[in-house]
Amino acid sequence: MRDMLSKQAVDLKPSGIRKFFDIVSEMDDAISLGVGEPDFDTPWHIRDEGIYSLEKGRTFYTSNSGLMELRQEICNYIKRKQGVVYDPQHEVLITVGGSEAIDIGLRAVVNPGDEVLIPQPSFVSYEPCAIMAGAVPVIIELKEENEFRLTAKELEEAITDKTKILILPFPNNPTGAIMERKDLEEIAEVIRKHDILVMSDEIYAELTYKEKHVSIVEMEGMRERTILINGFSKAYAMTGWRLGYACGPREILEQMTKLHQFAIMCAPTTSQYAAVEALRNGDEDVREMSMAYNQRRRYLMNAFREMKLSCFEPFGAFYVFPCIKEFGMTSEEFAERFLAEEKVAVVPGTAFGDCGEGYLRISYAYSLDNLKLAIGKLADFVERLRQQEKKHE
Amino acid sequence: MREELLKIIERNSRIDLKELAVILGVEEIDVVNELQMLEEQGIICGYHTMIDWEKTSIEKVSALIEVRVTPQRGQGFDNIAERVYKYPEVTSVYLISGGYDLLVTLEGKSLKEISGFVSDKLSTLDSVLSTATHFILKKYKDHGTILTKKYEDTREKVSP
Repeated sequence: MRDMLSKQAVDLKPSGIRKFFDIVSEMDDAISLGVGEPDFDTPWHIRDEGIYSLEKGRTFYTSNSGLMELRQEICNYIKRKQGVVYDPQHEVLITVGGSEAIDIGLRAVVNPGDEVLIPQPSFVSYEPCAIMAGAVPVIIELKEENEFRLTAKELEEAITDKTKILILPFPNNPTGAIMERKDLEEIAEVIRKHDILVMSDEIYAELTYKEKHVSIVEMEGMRERTILINGFSKAYAMTGWRLGYACGPREILEQMTKLHQFAIMCAPTTSQYAAVEALRNGDEDVREMSMAYNQRRRYLMNAFREMKLSCFEPFGAFYVFPCIKEFGMTSEEFAERFLAEEKVAVVPGTAFGDCGEGYLRISYAYSLDNLKLAIGKLADFVERLRQQEKKHE
Repeated sequence: MREELLKIIERNSRIDLKELAVILGVEEIDVVNELQMLEEQGIICGYHTMIDWEKTSIEKVSALIEVRVTPQRGQGFDNIAERVYKYPEVTSVYLISGGYDLLVTLEGKSLKEISGFVSDKLSTLDSVLSTATHFILKKYKDHGTILTKKYEDTREKVSP
């Protein structure tokens, strides 16, 4: 058959993570620090609620938007955390993970040729989703000197008269960067001035270690122009349940619900029942897990200081993003050699955008014992590289 | 820091002080002082080791004994509890709400030793009305630790 494939699909770059995954999978004894999901099991009471829903025979579709009970709990949660009110009837959509919300959110708002601003390094899906929605992705390169936060100046410089929407990926995967209230106030001002939309991906909102997470929707005039995305994967360790949600203005949510209805029908019913339990009785679990992540984060930052590896201090998610520029290798070379020589897998920063060059993403969704083992190997490796360099001089 | 510190050492009392300071984000001296204070206040009562004796060649039998007693005037249950906990083979004594009064856990070398203890020492105490002995056949989980299964990381090795 001629022209069997979509040119747009073929032209999409495969994820940089995928390539690395293939190498790692072939090594049985590799220790990995490359995982982007919690190491905790979903808390038992949440799993139990999922099981119970199956026992009761709740095995049918829910409404397209999702269980009303769950949408209501989500609205309560956002009101409690952010002080912002959403209408569960018209302004909330339950999706298959935050990822689906990113996809249909973009498709619901962009027209061919519109520009989507994507700060990088960031999650791998934004750019391909923007392209498949017919938009033109415009990359904003975040800088370590700004702690990988988006500044008003960087935003202002990237905006053109074609700009439709800004993706705001904080707390950030892979850098661990957060945006504090003052940062968001400055961003909001630029957004209002240029009258553009925001897609705020706040999947790591519960995992911040400095101040409580602040959302852009709390800023004046932002609620009506923001698609707020969150989900259950990271906060409640529920990645495999595939459950997320989007909140936003009714006009946008109506279009998203339509796309969701045709492509997905509804999010998994079992997961939705479990999620109701998570929101009602999961605060303590979140607190415990977040405390454990923070301990590991401090451990890693201290270990980097001791091995004199440069790393800005991240205050969110469960990643650190150390700089390896001193070794004169690309991120990929470093990661591949580290894997070959020490059997430890980390993800090259370039998997999250070209400007991730010179950095590595190290996940601390691992037990302290595991981290200790792997970081010991990193210290050895770094030491060896420095010795080799000295010999060459 | 207190709650977090207690939670950590409740799970791992052997953790190195320097490491404890690092993961709590405080100075080592503060950890030392806090631990000392917790010990003085009797909040930290000991640093024990969890042992799964099943996996050794040493014979051990443990039992839970429900004990119904008559409380004593002015003393309530305290006197009788003290009489019971003084026996070294008794590993714990709890005052319990519900159908009986004291829950006593006991460790011995054999069934015979335990039943001997119950019939000779425990039941013969004046205020003890009745006992019911339950032998432990298998420990699945103890002190928050699952004994029957090891944690296995089944996640994909690399994911976005």
